[in-house]
Amino acid sequence: MKKVFADDLGANNPVFAQVLGICSTLAVTNVLKNTVVMCVGLIFVTALSNMTVSMLRKYMPSRVRMMVETLIIASYVIIVDIVLKAFLPDISRQLGPYVGLIITNCIIMGRAEAFALSNPPGLSFLDGIASGIGYSYVLLAIAVVRELMGSGSLWGYTVLGDWWTNWSIMVMAPGAFFMLAIFIWVVKGINNKEEESS
Amino acid sequence: MSEGIAFYAIFFAAIFTNNILLTNYLGMCSFLAVSREVSTSVGLGSAVIFVMTATSVLNWLAYEYILVPLGLIYLRYIVFIVIIAAFVQLVEMIIERISDKLYASLGIFLPLITVNCAILGASLFMIIRNYTFVNSLFYGMGSGIGWALAIVAMAGIRQKMKRSRVPRGLAGAGITLIIAGIMALAFMGFSGMIKIT
Repeated sequence: MKKVFADDLGANNPVFAQVLGICSTLAVTNVLKNTVVMCVGLIFVTALSNMTVSMLRKYMPSRVRMMVETLIIASYVIIVDIVLKAFLPDISRQLGPYVGLIITNCIIMGRAEAFALSNPPGLSFLDGIASGIGYSYVLLAIAVVRELMGSGSLWGYTVLGDWWTNWSIMVMAPGAFFMLAIFIWVVKGINNKEEESS
Repeated sequence: MSEGIAFYAIFFAAIFTNNILLTNYLGMCSFLAVSREVSTSVGLGSAVIFVMTATSVLNWLAYEYILVPLGLIYLRYIVFIVIIAAFVQLVEMIIERISDKLYASLGIFLPLITVNCAILGASLFMIIRNYTFVNSLFYGMGSGIGWALAIVAMAGIRQKMKRSRVPRGLAGAGITLIIAGIMALAFMGFSGMIKIT
């Protein structure tokens, strides 16, 4: 169980190691608040869909497996979408289609295929949470940098004073690409060093 | 909202100013994975253009004539996904029967497309922006062309880059993202031209 967590958070982190699911990584990370909401939604969907797939794994004919998985994921995403619309209408509007796009986030499908199909429900649930968190902390790190540099604020509060000139490029599309590239570079650099020394 | 926008404006905006890949980040997974060779990326690009145009139209029809009248809007994700998957499956079967050559060049990319978030994304954007039928058709086509344009350009750059020395940590995904960032910067130059919201 501990190994599941360690793998998903560290060496096997979906964003860095497999470069999966970065569509939404990039789109929602210009404001920290939206990112947190997105991450919570994603962890919820990953954990529960992993568990459901695992519970059904003995009954699913393997030919239609992918389709069933997609439908399970889509059902949970609908729940997230409706909850967001009811309680956080502003954020729901800002996130727009990206909530729905959790469905096509390859991480969830990937975990369902790679882990849930061969493991019991409890463990799959934990694996879902772990990979959700592994994905989230990357998103959060990128969001902090982008919001801080792009608008001089965090969580909507101004942090940097008047002396700060906003890098508006950071909150726009190119900033996201550059930030993710730099993060991947740093993490890979650390991993390479470890390999060399061991 | 979109009543005043002409379809050709939407078409060009979807290609240049609101490129679905470079400004909305959709379809990144296959963009990173399949952009190594120009020829494969042309294949995938044309498959995306075709599927995106067709599914935008199909999803629009399903949304306006089935989901809205029945009050089942909240089911749209499931319905869209099923329509896209079914359509892709159908096209794959048809192509396989009709022409081996076309199947070899286009067919192998079709399964990849079902999980391409750009396809679902285009349908969701079109619903959120309340496009009319014609607008949706051109939005789907424009987005597909925009995506294909970006991936072919990227493949061209990456082919040229094979000989260059990339820092070890950046090789692969890292450098591709940086190029995508620079391409996004370049596409921002179009941004004053047309605007769609």
